Amino acid sequence: MTGERKITSRAASAELLKRTGFNMTDESDKAMTDHIVSAFDADLKQLGDKLAEMGGLCEKLVAESVDALLRRDTALARRVIDWDRSIDRLQQEIEERAVNTIARRAPVAVDLREVVAALRIANDLERIGDLAKNIAKRVVALEGQFQPPKLAGGVAHISDLTLGQLKDVLDAYTRRDEERAMEVWNRDGEIDALYNSLFRELLTYMMEDPRNIGFCAHLLFCAKNIERIGDHATNVAETVYYLVHGVPLTEERPKADLTSTTTLNF
Amino acid sequence: MTSTDMARTSAVPQSPSAPARPASSANAFVGAGNKEKISVRGLKFYYGDSLALKGVDLPIYERKVTAFIGPSGCGKSTLLRVLNRMYDLYPKQRAEGQALLDGVDILSPKLDLNLLRSRVGMVFQKPTPFPMSIYDNIAFGVRLYETISKSELDGRVEAALRRAALWNEVKDKLDASGLSLSGGQQQRLCIARSIAVRPEVILLDEPCSALDPISTAKIEELIDELKADYTIAIVTHNMQQASRTSEYTAFMYLGELIEFGETQQIFMSPHDRRTQDYITGRFG
Repeated sequence: MTGERKITSRAASAELLKRTGFNMTDESDKAMTDHIVSAFDADLKQLGDKLAEMGGLCEKLVAESVDALLRRDTALARRVIDWDRSIDRLQQEIEERAVNTIARRAPVAVDLREVVAALRIANDLERIGDLAKNIAKRVVALEGQFQPPKLAGGVAHISDLTLGQLKDVLDAYTRRDEERAMEVWNRDGEIDALYNSLFRELLTYMMEDPRNIGFCAHLLFCAKNIERIGDHATNVAETVYYLVHGVPLTEERPKADLTSTTTLNF
Repeated sequence: MTSTDMARTSAVPQSPSAPARPASSANAFVGAGNKEKISVRGLKFYYGDSLALKGVDLPIYERKVTAFIGPSGCGKSTLLRVLNRMYDLYPKQRAEGQALLDGVDILSPKLDLNLLRSRVGMVFQKPTPFPMSIYDNIAFGVRLYETISKSELDGRVEAALRRAALWNEVKDKLDASGLSLSGGQQQRLCIARSIAVRPEVILLDEPCSALDPISTAKIEELIDELKADYTIAIVTHNMQQASRTSEYTAFMYLGELIEFGETQQIFMSPHDRRTQDYITGRFG
């Protein structure tokens, strides 16, 4: 049953598999027979390969943007800003391929879901790339500014958690493992909770010393960006659910970001 | 998760290894809220000694379009031929089980076949106009079942041709031979011919396979209009046509009904692996 449900990804990227140390078994490889028209398989595989490439790049971008922030590495931040262009290009390419596949092959059922999932995930990844780029831009903006040393710890923690989510959900996509995707989906509350406490912490620092405001404001946006990257990871998780089950996830995700309604009194 | 998943699963078993027999009670089918115009129950069909339908249970809902898909030889055309007793013309063919039209068994030997065929019309793969005028092609069937005045008959012919979206193309040449029309027009003539006798059910056996895309689109548009008044069953090899025209889809394979469901469900998330393999073009 499990093997049946985990529709194998012919489209799995060898690179991503290698990175996760996961070896696709023969059995899962056979779970989905090939199309009679082999060019159709090739189309879907290319789509999956591009998406895996994009996912890998996104992980790297998020990790390096946070790294640049924590180490105040402006040069790295500038490289991140550059890399985001390749993510945008990949997204365009995936969109083009997906639309082409729809137009030429008229996919149905699991094939159509594959294509729609690729479109959706590419969109989420593109947004993740933008958010990472925004963090990098803030690193560049902060160059030479006063930085209270102990503030970055919370950001490091939330970004570790988010990176883990991103990695897990991309693996879940590659393996068509909707249970793992749902674990990611359910874990997003932790990121929200961390963001809440970070928000309060940063507000407190700003109140303590106005010299902190510039840096803290940027840091707050960086934390919000990371929190939103986590939200996009849950979007991907929902797409994996849809891909595997053929019906959208209708449950409401438990949302725990309360900062929109939070105020601190002087 | 599993519970919501199970709730969405229809009566058809999911596991590909399990023998795919839908629940024998027709009430278990999706869309059970609709009125069943035809209820097929435990239908077996023999061509001589060979079993072509191995016990099929299926509803055909009133004023809905039901599409039959499946590879060649799966029994879908055979099923259609049973529904207006077309097989009666061939001595060695016989059917077992039940096919109820409004509760009356179509298979009963006592049934008046002419009456049945006036209630259940059929259109074939290749257009089959009679070698007579366009007018007579339509009037022929009407005269067979009813005695009506010339003016009434004129009205029936015009109404049928209008309904089949052919009137404007032929109104000035009703005396011309039906064979002089194009393939698409001939097929619409055949549909007009079956509508003219005011049937309740229309069976379409690959009505568009010999037609170009524009004629096909016209027929599909016609199907869409006709379903307001008629119950329609269509056999097609064109999966897109099934998904475009029908509300319900039945997938058949090797003489069995593998899966029956709402067309959207069949084409977006089929429950049975064989259905998925077939509609996605994976059948080896």
